[in-house]
Amino acid sequence: MAVATAVAPASEVVVAPATVPWHARRPLLALVTRRGLAGLVTLLIVSVIIFFATQVLPGNAAYAVLGRTGTPARLHLLEKQLGLDRGVFAQYWHWLSGLFTGRLGTSLASGQGVWSVVEPRLVNSAILLVLAGAIGTIIGVTAGAVAALRKDGWFDHVTSVVALTVTALPEFVIAIALISLFATLVSHVLPAVSIIPPGSYGWNNPKALILPVATLVIVIVPYTLRMMRASTIEALESDYVEMARLKGVKSWRILLFHALPNAIAPTIQVIGLNFLYLAGGIVVVEYVYNYPGIGQGLVDAVSNRDIPVIQFIVIVLAAFYVIVNILTDVIALLATPRRRLTQ
Amino acid sequence: MSAAVDSAAPPRLRRRQGFAALGTAARTPRGRVGLGITAFVALVAVIGPFVAPYSATSFANVPFGKPSGSSWLGTDTLGRDVLSRLLDGGWVLILMALAATMFGLVVGGTAGISAAYLRGRIDGLIMRTVDVILAFPSIVFALLLVSLVGPKLWLIVIAVGLTHAPQVARVLRSATLDISERDYVKSIELQGVRPAKVMWSEIVPNLISPLMVEAGLRLTFSIVIMSGLAYLGFGQAPPAPNWGYMINENRIGLQLNPWAVIVPALFIALLTIGVNTFTDSVARVAIGVEGRNVEVALIGATTPEAS
Repeated sequence: MAVATAVAPASEVVVAPATVPWHARRPLLALVTRRGLAGLVTLLIVSVIIFFATQVLPGNAAYAVLGRTGTPARLHLLEKQLGLDRGVFAQYWHWLSGLFTGRLGTSLASGQGVWSVVEPRLVNSAILLVLAGAIGTIIGVTAGAVAALRKDGWFDHVTSVVALTVTALPEFVIAIALISLFATLVSHVLPAVSIIPPGSYGWNNPKALILPVATLVIVIVPYTLRMMRASTIEALESDYVEMARLKGVKSWRILLFHALPNAIAPTIQVIGLNFLYLAGGIVVVEYVYNYPGIGQGLVDAVSNRDIPVIQFIVIVLAAFYVIVNILTDVIALLATPRRRLTQ
Repeated sequence: MSAAVDSAAPPRLRRRQGFAALGTAARTPRGRVGLGITAFVALVAVIGPFVAPYSATSFANVPFGKPSGSSWLGTDTLGRDVLSRLLDGGWVLILMALAATMFGLVVGGTAGISAAYLRGRIDGLIMRTVDVILAFPSIVFALLLVSLVGPKLWLIVIAVGLTHAPQVARVLRSATLDISERDYVKSIELQGVRPAKVMWSEIVPNLISPLMVEAGLRLTFSIVIMSGLAYLGFGQAPPAPNWGYMINENRIGLQLNPWAVIVPALFIALLTIGVNTFTDSVARVAIGVEGRNVEVALIGATTPEAS
């Protein structure tokens, strides 16, 4: 009995002999590879769904675009333009290979190439996403750690009630509140719509960025704060922090070097979640502020049934989702030495 | 010690505890506030259509008229009475959100419980499907479906319900994995009961707590996404009133008659805050511990566990 229990844990940390397969010797690399491959398969299935849903399923995309008013001649022309006169798999292959070779087709609404329609929007959305993600994370992590340190203090109580309230709010309600406060009813310090002239990007118009970024920050801070607070409290109540305290380690040292490193992994997951959330959040927020990003582009494309644009924006968002998911997993794993060992 | 008692008593005991959490939560200060706000908004939405002073689609006065004795909240972009549209504009939204939540819970719950209980290939298949749906932001998935058939209400309900299913499936799968290993489940299995019956009568009653919390969370998100879609113009067809779309159509007159925008926004906000606050107190009562478990359950970690 005693021998068995003593041997069992030791066998887990035995140095790998040469006969052990590579994925046991390099658990981290194996994990990255496995998650990467799974992500690729997911994306492939997603691409099939997007393509068949938009192009093939509703009988005929050309009919969907033109509606009942389409004359047979125009219908035929559009069918040719969308490649609907070819076989289903040929169409799919044409589209999928086009994604990699840059042959994305033409927007049905504007007649321009899909890439030239979407490219400036991608840049604008990326600016929004990165700014909101970074600012929201910094505020959320700091406020969460402070709330945990002063657990049950006034700051903790106020932030927990505010976080609970704001978590539930739809983005456009927050946006309307901000517009009322800063751009119409109460004051006029900021523009109510983020007009960015064609040919210039978000960073050339910083004033236009403030309200959209602020809206997204308000949306993601509560999640970050709550998660950070909970994981920091958990870490602060652990045995090793108790031990450090008994040894007389200073409290800021305990927070920075003992508690925080152990609260990082769950926080990284929340940061990942934030970016996933932002990818969906930009859709409504960009529309509210008339901000020319891919979210607003998607809403426009859906209204106009601009199928090539819908297909491209949705696959870009799905790819972003899958990549953020994989990155989050891997980084969270790297930040957790315990789990890295037991892989 | 006593297998017979173990196999019979725990499920029933747990079942009563499960629903009792609702009552306990309603008696906490936070729960009372949440329930009160939700009840108020629901009451306005349900009774509203019967007490509205005007028809929601008839023209009462000039566009964006200020509040007056005849129309307390003023008029909207086409000169219709804002109060009447407000009173008539909530029930469809709430019904659709409830329907989408039910749909998501049933589909996701069935998938998650079956995946955990049946294991093997079915588990793999279901969880891969979950990964695929999770590769879209909910609103993008809904927009993709809407782009196919146009903004049909049933389609929006199904689309939003489907975006809930993966999260519900994940939560219930991990809860089921734990329960299906317990002795009373094993003993029922040994009696040769069919898997479907074991799942329904032994496992589901033990999932009441996570189910209640999930239901509350999904309802909040349903309202958020539904009102968002309505705001974007993918809801009921235009003349019909909807809190979400009212905000959009009256926004150009924000300076002239702010009530036409602010009051519908306030009602949506109250509804989501009320449901979410009550859910929060249910979660704290049902899951019991203050801490990361509650936060994880409430935030619903969408990232798959790296294993």
